[in-house]
Amino acid sequence: MPISLQEAHHKHQNLLDILFRGLTRVSAFGVLALLVAIIVSLIAGSLPAIHAFGFGFLTSSDWDPVQDKFGALVPIIGTLVTSGIALLIAIPVSFGIAVYLTELAPRFLRRPLGIAIELLAGIPSIIYGMWGLFVFAPLFGDHIEPWINKHLGQMSVIGPFFSGPPMGIGVLAAGIILAIMVIPFIASVMRDVFEVVPPLLKESAYGLGATTWEVVWNVVLPYTKIGVVGGIMLGLGRALGETMAVTFVIGNAHELSKSLLMPGNSISSALANEFTEAVGDLYTSSLIELGLILFFITFVVLSLARVMLYKLGQREGRAA
Amino acid sequence: MFTLYARRRLINALSLGISVLAMLFGLFWLGWILVTLLDHGLPALNSAVFTRMTPPPGSSGGLLNAIFGSLMMTLIATLIGTPIGILAGTYLAEFGQRGWLAPVTRFINDVLLSAPSIVIGMFIYEIYVIRVGHFSGWGGALALSVLVIPVVIRTTENMLRLVPNTLREAAAALGAPQWKIISFVTLRASRAGILTGILLAVARISGETAPLLFTALNNQFWSSNMNQPMANLPVVIFQFAMSPYDDWHNLAWAGALLITFGVLTLNIVARVVFRQSATAH
Repeated sequence: MPISLQEAHHKHQNLLDILFRGLTRVSAFGVLALLVAIIVSLIAGSLPAIHAFGFGFLTSSDWDPVQDKFGALVPIIGTLVTSGIALLIAIPVSFGIAVYLTELAPRFLRRPLGIAIELLAGIPSIIYGMWGLFVFAPLFGDHIEPWINKHLGQMSVIGPFFSGPPMGIGVLAAGIILAIMVIPFIASVMRDVFEVVPPLLKESAYGLGATTWEVVWNVVLPYTKIGVVGGIMLGLGRALGETMAVTFVIGNAHELSKSLLMPGNSISSALANEFTEAVGDLYTSSLIELGLILFFITFVVLSLARVMLYKLGQREGRAA
Repeated sequence: MFTLYARRRLINALSLGISVLAMLFGLFWLGWILVTLLDHGLPALNSAVFTRMTPPPGSSGGLLNAIFGSLMMTLIATLIGTPIGILAGTYLAEFGQRGWLAPVTRFINDVLLSAPSIVIGMFIYEIYVIRVGHFSGWGGALALSVLVIPVVIRTTENMLRLVPNTLREAAAALGAPQWKIISFVTLRASRAGILTGILLAVARISGETAPLLFTALNNQFWSSNMNQPMANLPVVIFQFAMSPYDDWHNLAWAGALLITFGVLTLNIVARVVFRQSATAH
């Protein structure tokens, strides 16, 4: 009977549809499960340290594997300070690159130059680390740091931050290398959001006699500011979690020092250096709690970044 | 004194000049790093690098076991991560119009895209390496696959959204069931874009070091057993670069050159694939 055959075929296809849809849904659900699993496993792993140290873990600068006393203050400060230095350098440079790529560069240069900047993001972080350790840090220690010592180090308020032995490796060098690494991320987000500014707006401003800079500063930037901040947060998220480049050049010293020229430590480099060598449950657990803190900080920063970029996208949708 | 007009022109010229300098500043680092790599890497690159094992300190050798281990783990990570990524990306683009799952997944995925990779390594250490009791190639591959998934999801969704709805409607009008429409029409129409995503994911994981430190660790000898600690280029570079031996430094530079140019080539190939698909439409 052809009709029942057709019905059977329909049923069969319906079943396949349901299966296919179910399979894709399970995969999408898997991403959520992955996040939950990461958080749960990190919390479970850090329970011993949480029990032993409580909130004091966040404010203590102890790091003594021999006596089993651990505190996260030094690596947390190291992570925040290196990322802060990176942003201070990367934000203006990325802004300049984005302005150049969207407003100034001749058309035939825009694509190759854009790709070149994106390739900077493609270089693996371990290469930055190696280059930083063998090439950048020696030059930095021989030529730049003595200058910093001599000029900035003598100033009254900021002096203490900039005086110290010119060793090359240290917090400042790590921050500069991080800056080079996050420039391409911030610059490409800025370029992308600058490109969504309606040409009508820009042309109106040019029509009133505004200079290119005035158009960028008074039209493009206000229109895209949420996206620009989103891009910066994205870069910050990258900088906070970056491991290998920092591990090579930060010097891995578990000491708080006012001077940016001194070696320090960051959360990720402490993990990279000590995790496989950690002996004892409390030591391992403290390192896992460091990982949990890092994951939490980057999660908050990256979430804010995404919310801001979505907001800009939504406004685009309404305007169109 | 400046007139207002001259002042505005001066500010314009100054700030635009600074933006050109910013561009040069960015290119300067790219150039410097690539030149350094060629300078140190090329002299160290010889046939022994591809034919001999990683040496003990103070003697010569190559990187064969590390290259092999990296290729194996990257391959397996891609094989695990790609199907999951494509399926989840398909859900977001094709079925995710209603309900809470798609927007939440999209958001979480965007966050995971830039999550610190060292934490991912720690996660696999917690759930896999501890259970099995030893470091292994599987652990490394698993950690890398967690990094592949978000990249593939993102590109798959973006590419599927570019497929015009008329194609789906035409197939539906011919009576094709939904699974056929998606797998034989929309996914096929966007396969070049999805391939781009996979290539970018491979490029991303082939240089990753941090997640391998706690999972695959390293192995000085040849091992094709995925259930054993496995040598891999990034960790070998890390260990050799941090060591005080000149032989090891040279091998580290050779490995760094291989990885960087491999990754940059993948990046460029991905762009070419994508460009060709974009012009074909």
